[in-house]
Amino acid sequence: MKLSEKELEIIEILEKDARTPIDVLAKMVDLPVEETEALVKKLEEAKVIVQYTALIDWRKADGREGVTAMIDVKVTPKRGVGFDEVAERIYRFPEVKSVYLMSGAYDLSVVIEGRSMAEIAQFVSEKLSTLDSVISTTTHFILKKYKHDGIVFDQGDQDRRIVVSP
Amino acid sequence: MKPQTRKTYVSKTVAGLKPSGIRRFFDLASSMDGVISLGVGEPDFVTSWSIREASILSLEQGYTSYTANAGLLELRQEIAAYLRRKFHVDYCPETEILVTVGASQAIDLALRAIINPGDEVIIVEPSFVAYEPLVVLAGGKPVAVHTSGEDKFQLNPVHLERAITERTKAVIICSPNNPTGTVQSRTELEAIARLAEAYDLLVIADEIYAELTYEGEYTSMAAAPGMRERTILISGFSKGFAMTGWRLGFAAAPDEILQAMLKIHQYAMMCAPTMAQYGALEALRNGERDVVDMRNSYRRRRNYFVASLNEIGLPCHLPGGAFYAFPSIKPTGLTSEQFAERLLIEEKVAVVPGNVFGQSGEGYIRCSYASSLEQLQEAIKRMKRFLARL
Repeated sequence: MKLSEKELEIIEILEKDARTPIDVLAKMVDLPVEETEALVKKLEEAKVIVQYTALIDWRKADGREGVTAMIDVKVTPKRGVGFDEVAERIYRFPEVKSVYLMSGAYDLSVVIEGRSMAEIAQFVSEKLSTLDSVISTTTHFILKKYKHDGIVFDQGDQDRRIVVSP
Repeated sequence: MKPQTRKTYVSKTVAGLKPSGIRRFFDLASSMDGVISLGVGEPDFVTSWSIREASILSLEQGYTSYTANAGLLELRQEIAAYLRRKFHVDYCPETEILVTVGASQAIDLALRAIINPGDEVIIVEPSFVAYEPLVVLAGGKPVAVHTSGEDKFQLNPVHLERAITERTKAVIICSPNNPTGTVQSRTELEAIARLAEAYDLLVIADEIYAELTYEGEYTSMAAAPGMRERTILISGFSKGFAMTGWRLGFAAAPDEILQAMLKIHQYAMMCAPTMAQYGALEALRNGERDVVDMRNSYRRRRNYFVASLNEIGLPCHLPGGAFYAFPSIKPTGLTSEQFAERLLIEEKVAVVPGNVFGQSGEGYIRCSYASSLEQLQEAIKRMKRFLARL
């Protein structure tokens, strides 16, 4: 889908802050509110805007234990469907947060979230490794998130500028 | 014989300079908590990490000595390439480019290099607060030409011509303009060029905000027909590259003038800070992407902020560049000073009263939109409340 300059501008703004009020968004892109609303709707319907979510720093949310792992998966692609079929088998599991096809030393990069290391270990040994096309897996547990999707967690965002300057 | 006691040690010239009108607001705003400041004349971005990192690397490698007086040759070569690429003007990096401590120093050098006692320098008002005192300090006589909100602060060539006398040596043009955000149109530039040629004047073109132009391609004064030989082009890294604290600018001018500026610079300053020059080198080599991102971000905030000002009843033209909106507060019946002071005290929003930029700024306020969108929204909310109470 070929996007217009205004549409590109809208998704750039919403990608940074999905909660930008529609009237503010309309002014930023210099369009009437109704027209801006229509464009957003169109982008949503075309699944260019897939979902609006919040970026959570789970470390600060006490009372919820969780671990994230990135798993490098080597697989045998299948004739006719390539990597797509095995990728789909993997991403259908709800605990799998993302799946990417990679260039380089392995094929699929799988990000998985679980309540504990044991839970993830169980998933890898029982679900992932046992798939026919999976040759090997290497699991890396994430110890700390510093930056996610372009956003720095714990950003010192104080304004260091002097209050009034020429 | 006992010498007579002096009344003051301060020179008459300096004693005669009027204090900056911004100072009072600075003191007032600094003493308050919870102030949203739209009075800041600098980007809200921190310098790109790649630039900071390059400068740190230069320190690690021990580049801590002086550079050539005119600045690192490598940097001057990059500046020459940048000016050619961006503004289609050609300068020789060896003899026609000087790296300075901010664009401010470049303006000071330009004025000191060309002014004979009593020479007149035309300043287009409203204007950046430093031009007038710098002209006075250089021994010249500042002459104001006014622009008005009705013309969206474009300079009227007829008014300019009327201000020219036989003592006129130069005109200072700042475009995109601080405080009005106005970008001089191509037609105005060409008219200025014709006058400069007819009356044999120099133009000091302060183009520090050139990177922050939102509509169309920017035309440099030096690129106007016949103007390369009579323009002192001044720019720097502060605004476009968000490097205000680095204090790094540059001047480009024909050999004879540039060498005169260099003469003063080598005695008064030696050279611009070395670590900042290495940062600037990285800025010109790899900084373009960040500049584009920042420009887009300012443009969106400008659109939001100016539309909102008009909506709440402060008429404002859409500024073509810089990061200032210069709305009229005439509908309120208050003076600029009264408006700014009451807005600060009653709603804790700091703006700069337009009159500090010259008499033609009266009836206006300068609001910088180089603040986060959340801050701008909050500021608009507070200003709306303030206006409703008047």
